[in-house]
Amino acid sequence: MFKLIPRENVSPVLSLLGPLFSVGLTMIVGGILFYFLGVDPFAAIKMIFWDPLMSETFSTYSIPQIFIKGAPLILIALGLSVGFKANVWNIGAEGQYIMGAIFGASFALSLYPLESIVIFPAMILIGVIGGCLWSMIPAFLKVKFQVNEILVSLMLVYVAEQILALASLGFLRNPDGAGFPGSRNLNQYTSASNAEIIAGTGIHLGVLLSLLMVIFFYVLLFRHSLGFKIKLLGNSPKASGFSGDNPNKLIFLCLTLSGSLAGLAGIMEVAGPAGQINIDFNVGYGFTAIIVAFLGRLNPIGIFFAGIVMALTYVGGELTQFMLNLPAAAIQVFQGMLLFFLLSFDLFVHYKIKLKGNK
Amino acid sequence: MDLSEINFAVLVASLIVASTPLVLAALGELIVEKSGVLNLGVEGMMIIGAVAGFIVGVETGSAYIGMMAAAMAGALLSLLFAFIILIMQANQVASGLALTIFGLGIAALMGHPYTGIKSPQISTISIPFISEIPVLGTMFFQHDLIVYLSLISVLVIWYFLNRMRAGLIVRSVGEDHDVAHSLGYRVVTIRFLAITFGGAMAGVGGGYLSLVRVPQWTEGMTAGAGWIALALVVFSGWRPFRLLIGAYIFGGITILQLNLQAIGVNINIALLSMAPYLATILALVVISMSRFRGNRGAPGCLGRSFVKIT
Amino acid sequence: MNNKIENTLFQCRAINKEFGNVRANNDISINVRSSQIHALLGENGAGKSTLVKIIYGLLQPDSGSMTFLNEEYSPKSPKDARALGVGMVFQHFSLFEPLTAFENILVGLDKELGEKELHASVIMLSESYGLEVNLSSFIGDLSAGERQRVEIIRALIQKPKLLIMDEPTSVLTPFECESLFKTLKKLASEGTSILYISHKLKEIADLCDTASVLRKGAIVGEYDPKKMTPRELGEIMVGQSLFEPKRPVAANRSNKVLSVKINEVKPDTQFGVTLKNIDLAVYQSEILGIGGVAGNGQEELMQVLTGEKKDRNVSIKYMDNDIEMLNPRERREIGLAFAPEERLGHAAVGNLNLLENSLITDPKKRFQMKMGFIDFSELNEYTNEIIEKFNVKTTGVSALASSLSGGNLQKFVVGREIGQKPSLFIVNQPTWGVDALSAANIRQAIVDIANTGAAIILISQDLDEILEISNKVAFLTNGNLSIPTNTMDIKTDEIGAIMGGISD
Repeated sequence: MFKLIPRENVSPVLSLLGPLFSVGLTMIVGGILFYFLGVDPFAAIKMIFWDPLMSETFSTYSIPQIFIKGAPLILIALGLSVGFKANVWNIGAEGQYIMGAIFGASFALSLYPLESIVIFPAMILIGVIGGCLWSMIPAFLKVKFQVNEILVSLMLVYVAEQILALASLGFLRNPDGAGFPGSRNLNQYTSASNAEIIAGTGIHLGVLLSLLMVIFFYVLLFRHSLGFKIKLLGNSPKASGFSGDNPNKLIFLCLTLSGSLAGLAGIMEVAGPAGQINIDFNVGYGFTAIIVAFLGRLNPIGIFFAGIVMALTYVGGELTQFMLNLPAAAIQVFQGMLLFFLLSFDLFVHYKIKLKGNK
Repeated sequence: MDLSEINFAVLVASLIVASTPLVLAALGELIVEKSGVLNLGVEGMMIIGAVAGFIVGVETGSAYIGMMAAAMAGALLSLLFAFIILIMQANQVASGLALTIFGLGIAALMGHPYTGIKSPQISTISIPFISEIPVLGTMFFQHDLIVYLSLISVLVIWYFLNRMRAGLIVRSVGEDHDVAHSLGYRVVTIRFLAITFGGAMAGVGGGYLSLVRVPQWTEGMTAGAGWIALALVVFSGWRPFRLLIGAYIFGGITILQLNLQAIGVNINIALLSMAPYLATILALVVISMSRFRGNRGAPGCLGRSFVKIT
Repeated sequence: MNNKIENTLFQCRAINKEFGNVRANNDISINVRSSQIHALLGENGAGKSTLVKIIYGLLQPDSGSMTFLNEEYSPKSPKDARALGVGMVFQHFSLFEPLTAFENILVGLDKELGEKELHASVIMLSESYGLEVNLSSFIGDLSAGERQRVEIIRALIQKPKLLIMDEPTSVLTPFECESLFKTLKKLASEGTSILYISHKLKEIADLCDTASVLRKGAIVGEYDPKKMTPRELGEIMVGQSLFEPKRPVAANRSNKVLSVKINEVKPDTQFGVTLKNIDLAVYQSEILGIGGVAGNGQEELMQVLTGEKKDRNVSIKYMDNDIEMLNPRERREIGLAFAPEERLGHAAVGNLNLLENSLITDPKKRFQMKMGFIDFSELNEYTNEIIEKFNVKTTGVSALASSLSGGNLQKFVVGREIGQKPSLFIVNQPTWGVDALSAANIRQAIVDIANTGAAIILISQDLDEILEISNKVAFLTNGNLSIPTNTMDIKTDEIGAIMGGISD
């Protein structure tokens, strides 16, 4: 048997070690899984974690891809992490991401083929508003009627997916698209295209914004009193009220902030890498971002690295799909496993473990 | 549009079938929550049950063996959750989400070779004499074994929680784990058992989806049923009979929506498909508005970690 | 010698128990004889609770042995203890509020008992020991005294030979105490031994046959409380003679600082108390003590005073301004300060370090720079100042609040509030669970700021504390507040009568 002894202060070394340890453990257990799937575990692990960065054949394509896939993850995870700190669980970022894309794209496409310099910033703003409005539903219901935000935000993902279908097959369908589902391609509409900012890489404004947001959130959480208020609420709503804060306002803020960022990620994606609104537009970034937020220990700098690691598993996962015929779902298992290890490791961050010597 | 194409008795019978996976999964979660644990991984456990039940069902040719495998698979996955939150003291909300993500992944991986195969049949058991009653017989007494079992479970769980000492102990652990501990109850063991039961029930619910309700394996086939089960528990105010009624109302909306799609009502399919999710949100709002201040019915320790000082 | 051993019911030898680096029990040996009421005396943190939890099987000792009825006794759980004949009544009741009294009794038993059978034995017990209880009512609706009776019945139903009572009078009115003592004496006369834990010296002299005194985890000695004065026992318990803070001397009492009028305020929670007919005023340099037994509206009154709960039926005037609609932060900005009862999770947060805990109450935006950024150097300085001035024992400003002992955390909280130099300080249970020396220091600090002109509202369930330092006292019973009277003019039996209102 063992004994748990609470630590006097949270060990910073262990906080850092946790994610690293979890990634390592995931590689080992994942390797075992690959073996049972009939795939050479060493080749698969190398292809996921090493080849995208180091292989001459793949890296010129993969490295920018990591940032492109990392950007939405980081943007969404930053927003979610603020809520998670406050014990506010928006797990419907996927829906807010979709709605951001639909709002922004609808605006831009309604002006097609008008060209103007204001369309692009306005489209982004409207995308953000779309995500924000979608998150306002759970926020309002939570604050006004104490309805569980987890369930509402999640239900709204399914609703958003139906709206996405509605848009791709109906109101946003490309009139020149020969009846195929999907909207006009925004990349072919100069004023609305989220074009690459470094030629030939595909790196777009969203990548840059994701980096800026990391800094912004770092300052907000660790240097500003609002960040403290959020942390206080998450640790003790009673102490938050005693301090004089209005928990409802903070809850509302956390939810709408994360919704806005998810909306931002959505509009960046649809106007950039994805190009168009279509039924399969969303690929689960909103859910993976939950893992990213935890892997980054709800710390903006951590989230940056976690986003990169998670993007690496996506890019590497695609490689293994191509080269080794590894099923796509294997990467999802991989990500779920990572989160398990990470959450378990928290025990060591908060407690010292002492083995009980039986006399 | 011709509403007369909808046969009311058949409609009720099929809404019962549609609701059964929800009833099973939500009843399991009800016990888990009564013991003070919030397991948000119902979706993950259901889909694992769906895939395991389907595979075993197809391989053995018996839907019943498949159903048992589904229960075992759900229970097994829930043990992982139990270990992480009870032994490793991890956050229950995050761990439940992890369970869902993990379960969806594993299920997709396992189910891939089984896509598009037909499942073995499960036979309906018509209850002698009363199944002959017109309308009512069709509605309620010509179902398969699992439907009857789900109804019996409602009764048993109500009796367990309200009339049995063991149920009282589970409730007391959920209300205040520190007090229960000071009386000498093994909080961790009791919660382990409750979580495993919840996992098995979610597993059977998933198995029923893939073996009976659909019956086929498709990736992500639970489509939020696990989350709706969670919402049903809240809606029921942690009471088994209200849970059953809630599940049937919900099943009714789903079936009605499907029937309307089938007869070609002039409403967009996407709009109809949203209905169940919107109805869930609406139900949550109504129940939150009407309840007494202070959330009566929710177990006192729901979602809180138990740390034993030794 | 022989006779003594035969007479011994329970014995423990050289019990040791450590938590982290704290040695809670150090070589403890005691001897409880049959049919005796044996006091375990010691101040907060002396190790009494740890010892009785070991005896009740809730904790396992690191080393040492116990015998019960001349046989080796090492319970692995409370179930073992109950099976062998040891029962316990907890200080903070081990009852479930949303369950009925009947269900609570049932869940504490180790075997299935028929409903009729159980009813019959409960009625028998309550008649023979004067323990009246309505079995179908929810625990949350019962008063502290009634709750305790449920616990006692639950313990007695299993016919214990040794009954442990952990600070049973801390939540009772004087009347309820008397009837409890009658019950306990009757039990002892019928052959049940009672291990009676308390730090209240007077009641031990009245009730107990023997007293083992614990200090800093070790036994100081065994005494006959009937042959000693409470003062002598007290000094043995604390290990030194303590200074007694003197109530503030009358200075400028004409300036009214705060007046509060409440007609009726309904509670937010199902089992809360409705506040009714409250009318109080407090003046400069004055301590107004508000006494009463737990659960009579202290928490609710505190929430109204801090502004955590705002209600139209309340009128609060602070130096001629109406402040009832201000939130806690706004109230602090104009010179109020508060220290609620619950240290962890309300006044302070365990998962936050001391720096962050200082930031919880920051009335003058002292720790903020422009645009709301936090001024860490100022925060550091202030936090260190509190630690130093109030002698808070900690590893430093980055220690988590949860790592501090109760007494140290309370000194930190009171220090944090007093450091803001409030004109009005409202404090609930400032010395609850705090060791005697820290308690005396905290009281002195409160008196000191009153002497410099601040007005104080001191809500406390510790009657001695209220009588010691308040200028005026009033009592909360069932959400009603009695009319404040001068402390000097009030007689002990009057207090009993005022507080007694609860048990009707």
